Amino acid sequence: MTARPIKNSIFKGAVIVFSLIAITPILLIIYELVRKGYKQINISFFTEVAPSTWDAMMANNNGELIPGGILNGITGTLLMVFVASIIAIPIGLITGIYLYENAGKRYANVIRSISDILQGSPSIVIGIIGYFWVVKYITNGFSALAGSVALAIMMLPLIIRSTEETLKMIPQTIKEAGLALGVPYHKIIMRVLIPTSFSGLVTGILLALSRVIGETAPLLITALGSPMVNFNLDKPASAVPLLIWEFYNDPNMVNLIWSSSLFLVVFILTMNLISKKIAPKKN
Amino acid sequence: MNSSIIEIKKPIISIQNLSVSYEKGKNAVNKVTADIKKNSITAIMGPSGCGKSTLLRAINRMHELYPNIKTEGKILLNDQDISRLSLIDLRRKVGMVFQHPNPFPSMSIYDNVISGYKLNGIRQKKSKRDDIVEKSLQDVALWSEVKDSLFKKGNFLSGGQQQRLCIARALAFEPDVILLDEPTSALDPIATSKIEELLVKLKKDYTIVMVTHNMAQAARISDQSIFMYLGDLIEYGKTKVMFTNPSDKRTEEYLTGKFG
Ligand SMILES: Nc1ncnc2c1ncn2[C@@H]1O[C@H](COP(=O)(O)OP(=O)(O)OP(=O)(O)O)[C@@H](O)[C@H]1O
Ligand SMILES: [Mg+2]
Repeated sequence: MTARPIKNSIFKGAVIVFSLIAITPILLIIYELVRKGYKQINISFFTEVAPSTWDAMMANNNGELIPGGILNGITGTLLMVFVASIIAIPIGLITGIYLYENAGKRYANVIRSISDILQGSPSIVIGIIGYFWVVKYITNGFSALAGSVALAIMMLPLIIRSTEETLKMIPQTIKEAGLALGVPYHKIIMRVLIPTSFSGLVTGILLALSRVIGETAPLLITALGSPMVNFNLDKPASAVPLLIWEFYNDPNMVNLIWSSSLFLVVFILTMNLISKKIAPKKN
Repeated sequence: MNSSIIEIKKPIISIQNLSVSYEKGKNAVNKVTADIKKNSITAIMGPSGCGKSTLLRAINRMHELYPNIKTEGKILLNDQDISRLSLIDLRRKVGMVFQHPNPFPSMSIYDNVISGYKLNGIRQKKSKRDDIVEKSLQDVALWSEVKDSLFKKGNFLSGGQQQRLCIARALAFEPDVILLDEPTSALDPIATSKIEELLVKLKKDYTIVMVTHNMAQAARISDQSIFMYLGDLIEYGKTKVMFTNPSDKRTEEYLTGKFG
């Protein structure tokens, strides 16, 4: 009789201890980022482009804050993520709906497998695809478009999967309710199934976005990076993770690594939290 | 077997030699012939798996959605072969209510009631829509309970209220026939008796065909009863006669609780 409560509390204790062990690294990272990064975060951090090595060196020598910010990275990230979304969201949703509708059919299974392979591919491989498709043949040089395509390819399998899974959660009887009213099938999809699973679809998209926003490798060989704010899809563009990479490679800019990383982590965490918030609740 | 089938003059629905199979060579409904009387409640009874739902769903061609299901035989609605009707015409005339309440989760109560029109792109003046919504909700005795929250989603409603909302959604189309598949099996006794009252009231204007597991319910509210067993129609008669003096042994055994 008394063994069970004891077992229960041992188990509970173990769960708590192991969860703490699991989240400790995350907390440590955030602590480090805040401690080292907060000083550099001021208005010019958001309104100015990354400084030159020379300026950074001078500031370091004088013991001042490094001037400039990461505006070129922020605008580049926003531009490429926006274009990637325009490409990936419609294709991903339509493919997800197709897979849901044709579950079990051969062709659908093939597409699902391809999507899974894509999801499992290292991001540098996706970057190479972007390089060969876009950099070499379309923009004839590194470009924001190539970066966007690479990010879109990374988003696709995530959106396809989440769309299919979200739609699967809708009970069959909701569909039949529409059919029993004589509603054509495509209208049931557009006006019943999609609105019903709306929050799930948005969650999937947000998670895909937060997944690609931090990507560096595929952008290195597609968008390349740029010291300027650039909204021209034909030209190279920077991105926050690209800047972090550049800062890392420049001993004078080390202090900017922490602030930029802090910014990126907070941004992605916020997006994750929002998507958790609107995720559909099972009842 | 035909001796235990009653004759119905001027039936609204005439099921003729209907067979439905999910797998080749195995009829879930086997050569069923039955006429359905207008403005009455017809109950379909029988043990689980005997083909009640399958028979009911054939009446509005619900099976067509699934390519593996084969249907043979004929069903007439007001002397018209239903396979000749367009799906929307057929389903405007034959409404359906399911076992589990299934209002559209993304829509308000108002939109749920009017959804048959909206989703089919049938346009109406707002005043007409308002009338349809109010009348349908009145018909299912839900109006007074929801009239202040018409534009809220229906998920705060109780199971019984949701089921009445689904009946209202079917009524809004002003069908001739309403098919119900165990509409109260997911509800508590109070909600059940409300729906039963409602159905008895509705038969003045509609023809009701209802699958039920609950023999007491069939006895309480139905006028005719069909008893099915393993896909066959075993007996079809006036409910009172069937319950007091069944002509087939299997019916008697089912009604006395020997199986089911
Ligand atoms: N989708 C399906 N695929 C294959 N077989 C099915 C399917 N639906 C029903 N069946 C089979 O058809 C037969 C009749 O099923 P049906 O659902 O019509 O029975 P029912 O009388 O409504 O039973 P219940 O009272 O349990 O609802 C059963 O043997 C069942 O196994
Ligand atoms: Mg059934």
